[in-house]
Amino acid sequence: MAHLTRSFEIKARDFSRAGEVSIEVQGILKTIGFEADCVRRASICAYESEMNVVMHGGDGELSLTVDPENILLEVEDHGPGIENIELALQEGYSTATIQYREMGFGAGMGLPNIKKNADFFEIHSQKGQGVHLKVGFKVDGDNG
Amino acid sequence: MKLADIRDTLHAQVIVGNDKLDLSVKAGTGSDLMSDMLTGPTSGAVLLTGLCNVQVVRTSVVAGVVAVVLVRGKQPAPEMVTQARKHGLPLLSTPFTMFSACGRLFDKGLRGVEEKASRS
Repeated sequence: MAHLTRSFEIKARDFSRAGEVSIEVQGILKTIGFEADCVRRASICAYESEMNVVMHGGDGELSLTVDPENILLEVEDHGPGIENIELALQEGYSTATIQYREMGFGAGMGLPNIKKNADFFEIHSQKGQGVHLKVGFKVDGDNG
Repeated sequence: MKLADIRDTLHAQVIVGNDKLDLSVKAGTGSDLMSDMLTGPTSGAVLLTGLCNVQVVRTSVVAGVVAVVLVRGKQPAPEMVTQARKHGLPLLSTPFTMFSACGRLFDKGLRGVEEKASRS
């Protein structure tokens, strides 16, 4: 396995598809044959960030870049952005509506969970300018 | 524990997954909070939940949950069934409440994810 780059569109508020991009990413990573723990961590980060874009962001894109040593996910959206990133990274802090809580989300664990699962984590945002999230995973062992 | 044992123990109706009754289930977890499903080890577990929507299916797939049981006899909307089929995720419905359903499975020897599930 050499290198791979794939991009996926994420539509804000489109709950008929919410999570499908991450399941596709999970499938790609499994097919490549990465170690299960690494696939799990990357898939969870993809899903948490995809749900963030669907629930809070604007239309955006998830890019997956894979090389023999790293998995990199970049998620960018053109929504309202995050005013206070420090606060958004606190466990339990949430701006989710009742509708999202009823769907089982909005516990304020999304970004903290992404940070916890990733080996590399970088987030940039400004009010009105969307969110740009970069998370990376070190691949253990020989995966071709 | 096999999926067939879970069906029998919970007097459950199998909505999706009649062809997977031989599936091995390593552990059990009960939650209505999908956020919680994403923060701990859940691979190989059965999820008991009172939450009945499409996102339960997608969260389960991402979290490595191998089967979902809806408690209190809840019936999934057609879209949830379609998604469960599409992703090959068995979907059951039990007349028992969350507490009783978890207790029955525990009594039969199934243990929680903190003891038995893996991160892979």
